Amino acid sequence: MANPNKAKAESGIMRWVDDRFPATQMMQDHLTKYYAPKNFNFFYLFGVLAMLALVNQILTGVWLTMSYNPSAEGAFDSIEYIMRDVEWGWLIRYMHTTGASAFFVVIYMHMFRGLLYGSYKAPRELVWIFGMTIYLALMAEAFMGYLLPWGQMSYWGAQVIISLFSAIPAIGPDLAQWVRGDFLITGITLNRFFALHVVALPIVILALVVLHIIALHEVGSNNPDGIDIKQKKDETGKPLDGIAFHPYYTVKDLVGIAIFLFVFCVVVFYFPEGGGYFIEKPNFEPANPLKTPDHIAPVWYFTPFYAILRAITFSVFGLDAKFLGVIFMGGAIAVLFVLPWLDRSPVRSMRYKGWISKTMLLLFAISFVILGILGVLPSTEGRTLLAQVCTVVYFAYFVLMPFYTRLEKTKPLPERVTG
Amino acid sequence: MKKHLLALLFAIVPVTAMAAGGASVSHSMDPDLHDKASLQNGMKLYVNYCMGCHSLEHQRFARAAEDLAMPQDLVEENLIFSPALGYNDQMHIAMDSGDAESWFGAAPPDLTLEARLRGTDWIYSYLLGFYKDPSRPTGVNNTVYELVAMPNVLEPLQGVQEMVCAETDHPVEGQEPDPLSGKYQSCEVLQVTEPGALEPDEFEEAVYDLTNFLAYVGEPSKLQAQALAPKVLIFIFIFGVVAYFLKREYWRDVH
Amino acid sequence: MADNGINKGRRRFLVGATSVVGAVGAVGVAVPFVASWQPSARARAAGAPVQADISRLEPGQRMTVEWRGRPIWIINRTPEMIERTEALNADSLADPDSEVPQQPVYVTSELRSIRPEIGVLIGICTHLGCSPLFRPEPDAEGVGVDNWPGGFFCPCHGSRFDLAGRVFSNVPAPTNLEVPPYRFENDDIIVVGEDEETA
Repeated sequence: MANPNKAKAESGIMRWVDDRFPATQMMQDHLTKYYAPKNFNFFYLFGVLAMLALVNQILTGVWLTMSYNPSAEGAFDSIEYIMRDVEWGWLIRYMHTTGASAFFVVIYMHMFRGLLYGSYKAPRELVWIFGMTIYLALMAEAFMGYLLPWGQMSYWGAQVIISLFSAIPAIGPDLAQWVRGDFLITGITLNRFFALHVVALPIVILALVVLHIIALHEVGSNNPDGIDIKQKKDETGKPLDGIAFHPYYTVKDLVGIAIFLFVFCVVVFYFPEGGGYFIEKPNFEPANPLKTPDHIAPVWYFTPFYAILRAITFSVFGLDAKFLGVIFMGGAIAVLFVLPWLDRSPVRSMRYKGWISKTMLLLFAISFVILGILGVLPSTEGRTLLAQVCTVVYFAYFVLMPFYTRLEKTKPLPERVTG
Repeated sequence: MKKHLLALLFAIVPVTAMAAGGASVSHSMDPDLHDKASLQNGMKLYVNYCMGCHSLEHQRFARAAEDLAMPQDLVEENLIFSPALGYNDQMHIAMDSGDAESWFGAAPPDLTLEARLRGTDWIYSYLLGFYKDPSRPTGVNNTVYELVAMPNVLEPLQGVQEMVCAETDHPVEGQEPDPLSGKYQSCEVLQVTEPGALEPDEFEEAVYDLTNFLAYVGEPSKLQAQALAPKVLIFIFIFGVVAYFLKREYWRDVH
Repeated sequence: MADNGINKGRRRFLVGATSVVGAVGAVGVAVPFVASWQPSARARAAGAPVQADISRLEPGQRMTVEWRGRPIWIINRTPEMIERTEALNADSLADPDSEVPQQPVYVTSELRSIRPEIGVLIGICTHLGCSPLFRPEPDAEGVGVDNWPGGFFCPCHGSRFDLAGRVFSNVPAPTNLEVPPYRFENDDIIVVGEDEETA
């Protein structure tokens, strides 16, 4: 098994370790001799920021678990207990609630970067699929976590989302009941969501992050030009346009981390409710199964998909609108998984794609934002129409991609990376 | 395009104000958690006028005493009435919630998080919004919370307020202001017709203090957060500057 | 990326500076997490000083109050009990002068109490945490020794203490029973958990 060519320290304690564990080899593979393209821009910070957000969520989450009471009788009170009686509990909780939103901000930027520079294209399909699976797991994690404070919005948000299962023909209602474990959302649901939120899903997410990074380091990072830096190497086999991740990108990322932490702390200390979007007002009232809040809106990071769900107000092929809405909402996420095979362009980066791709990505991003805004607003006739238009644009971006990426004229790729 | 994603956050912020505000929140107030005198007076009003029915289940006397700079013996003498409650206890009420439900139709809610649930403007307007209405069992109605079950407990301070027809500074829908005075005519003007212990502006101040206290109770950690924030932010800034110079130094290698 | 022209001193200084500031930051982040393990306000409220009314505690009797989840014994020693305790041979006790700090500084007498007749002790054996039995009567049975002067006997491992809570020698318990901080509010009220000075 042992590879005789493994890098090892000359002597000393590191040598002792290296004979038993590939510490030096791993250090080189992933940091000091992992050559990343030297032309990374601002968008390439979000990977490391996502790691930071994950560490923050795990650390604060573990600490919250120490004082949280996962029962319908005690959950709401235990949150206030954390906020008031536990030393520094308020800070740890706000770091967790703000961290959840920050995580999604970072992840959306990270995904957008992938769309922009074609980071999903061969040979990085698995990197993208692992990443998308993380995103999916993260949505489940966030959704289940949002039930735990057991406030009105926790309760009714979960009620609405679980009811989506009931739209599935034949098995729907039984499936929804199976998920809840009761005829309505009760402490039973809370307990299972708690177990999934604090034990099962974090393990899944951590494992997927490891897979995501192993896959990435196997094929190497993409860059804003979308060209392969491994084509041009110097005599030692180091890519000419590559620089060691450590120290060059570690020191650069530190600056990005400082900027991120500054913004993060401004929110944590001054605007922990995020204007009612990170912690919604009705959640300051304990869950009450007999009284629905006036307006139920999911947390902001789910709203684009929620808007798609609500945009489907018609039935087709004998499928009712409710079920179709669920299908479109699921499809909006599922279609992202096959993205690597939809893009037929000979180039990766938007810099060298044609104007149709650029326009489509712009329209897609705008429609995603508009859907996000519509998702928090109560629906009206006009808004539903707008949501339908945006849903069409959203899907058109993907469905038409095989055609426009093949037909359009691309710009010639440079030999070496540009600035 | 990244701007569009960022814009998502900011574009939707004003929406909350709309979503949270009710139809007739008529007054607004800015809580001042550093005005200890106001908060102390607010707490005094709360235990005297509200705590007969409304608990603050999550607020401890001791924590309030510490945050509002009140000595323990003064709090024990003047603010803790029930012999069942101690200095370290939360501000529970003696009334049984079942009794309360049969007396008022609904158990008076706990108010610890009221300021965060409804907002301080709502509380402030609500407390100023009681007016005489003989058709109600309590004899009063409220402009913010129609057909409210709660009596106007502050009446000894406020006096009797009535809804009358008069001139007002508040714009009235579908009406041009009087060209000379700039005022409007309305039959929904609240006026004190029988004076209470306080003058109207003194009463508004008392209600401000009470609302201010509830704002404090909603989130006592705000005081700590605001004290800590500048230090943390300055530290992160310094770290960022040092890290920037480090990055610049290393990136001299990269051509 | 040639190695020439690198200002190594400057680089070392900046790495050091970033590491130091970063380490300070890491310690700063650790503070809330470490401090949040302190007793919460709820725990502190539950562990607040307790008052005990001793007006009806007859001489020779013991009462128990709970403070921070532990039994606090308050015994009213009769003159004979005091006499017997003071007459004990110092050699039979492990720490007759209470030199091990198992009591507040203001409890200095041989009887380990503020008032000679009123003894206040935490009723937890200093061996392995059982609660010893009250055996005040001389020559009580089942305490494993003859000439029993009256005191406390731990049934778990046979440790013995006198009526001032001092441990006898040659038993498993290493130290005297602990005396909690306490003070007299007035003749009848003892406040357990609050020191005399801070009253």
